[in-house]
Amino acid sequence: MPIPDNLLYTKDHEWVKIDGVTGTMGITDYAQDSLGDITFVDVTKAGSTVTQFQWCATVESVKAASDVFAPLSGEVVEVNAELASHPELVNKSPYEAGWFAIIKIADISEKSKLMTASQYRAFIEGLSK
Amino acid sequence: MGNHKELGAKLAPFGGWLMPIQYSGIIDEHNWTRSAAGLFDICHMGEFLIEADLSKSNLGELVTVNLAAMTNGSCRYGFMLNEEGGIIDDLLVYRVADSQWMIVVNAATTANDEAYLRGHLTGAGRLENVSESLGKLDLQGPQSAEVLRNLKTGGVEALQYYTFGYFTLLGEKIIISRTGYTGELGYELYMPVGKIPELWQVLLADKRVKPVGLGARDTLRLEMGYGLYGQDMDDTISPLEAGCDRFIDWDKEFIGKAALLRQKQNGVHRRRVYFTADSRRSPRHNYRIIYHEADIGVVTSGAFAPSLGAGVGMGLALRDVAFGEQITLTGTGVFISAKVVRKPFYENGSAQRKEIKHAYPR
Repeated sequence: MPIPDNLLYTKDHEWVKIDGVTGTMGITDYAQDSLGDITFVDVTKAGSTVTQFQWCATVESVKAASDVFAPLSGEVVEVNAELASHPELVNKSPYEAGWFAIIKIADISEKSKLMTASQYRAFIEGLSK
Repeated sequence: MGNHKELGAKLAPFGGWLMPIQYSGIIDEHNWTRSAAGLFDICHMGEFLIEADLSKSNLGELVTVNLAAMTNGSCRYGFMLNEEGGIIDDLLVYRVADSQWMIVVNAATTANDEAYLRGHLTGAGRLENVSESLGKLDLQGPQSAEVLRNLKTGGVEALQYYTFGYFTLLGEKIIISRTGYTGELGYELYMPVGKIPELWQVLLADKRVKPVGLGARDTLRLEMGYGLYGQDMDDTISPLEAGCDRFIDWDKEFIGKAALLRQKQNGVHRRRVYFTADSRRSPRHNYRIIYHEADIGVVTSGAFAPSLGAGVGMGLALRDVAFGEQITLTGTGVFISAKVVRKPFYENGSAQRKEIKHAYPR
């Protein structure tokens, strides 16, 4: 299961790629695989403010609906408009084409509450035991 | 069957059985069944063998099906009802011979159904619950007849919709019926449970066949507007409320008939309604149905319909809503705008196809 080294992760299976003052976020390969075929994605609007570990998007798969939480607090500067018509991008490319939103980071110190790739790998290995 | 896990299945408990939810993915399996042939392990369902002469036993009063009108080798869908007209179970009746029947019921209700049959059946001979020893695989999809023909089952493709016969496969004489729960041309194969793993492998060896789990079974049946017992039907819901009037034989006595006649006379106070979302959002079980700002009922089943690219569902509404009317489905902060429609949602199913075309000559 791919877990890119250059990203940070949450216990709720979101990832964020920090790039200077912004962070691009989405859900992990583990999350998309658990959800199965994703049929609908609704991301909060650009311009809205999100809080770390609070709601920022909804995903629906054939099986279930799930909330997605922001990995970092800040202002949403862009959302992935492609997901409205092609939610399956999240299944096909969870770390690239299936990104959810770009957040202008409000407090970079919050990243201490996130996991590194190796920590996240250990975390999901623990889940499957 | 250990083989499900080897195929990458995700398993979950269902009706006391550990069942495969999906293999390659629900949408992929769904589309494969609509275009080729899907194989479903349905060993969990219950089967009863009954010996009953209709003129001497009351079997005909225990189901809504017109048993007397059935020819040997035919199947019919219907219900067992309680005195209040509530659905104890939905079922398929097979007329094996003049006085021999097979009744196929849901997994979770098998024990209860057996008690009901034993408690009510009089004047009959043998009543045997063969659920543990009889396995069942469903092969469903437009190419399913070709697949079975290749196995030299001899004449399966001549079966008409809702008929069955005995065929020899893997050295066993087995029942194959042209029935199913997907809306596609398809078959249900009943075989001793010990032979099922071999049958599973033999069918999967055909490249046109892929394994399909309960997830796609649900989206396939939902696209056809077929109800699922325990979700769209239960013992407090009558067949009239469930919109299943046509599976009732009014010309005979049956348990629950008086209650249904009262409902017919007074009108049912709730009725099955079908709807398509205006978006890809999925209505879910227990969402409320809102019409002109009034709560008029509850969603009993809903999902994303892969063939339509939209959410679809069914529910019970306390008032009639005309086709084409706009409603809202809501639950846990979700609001889905939808339209009331006719069933089926998916209209191109191959289930009732009259002539089965052969891809190449015999």
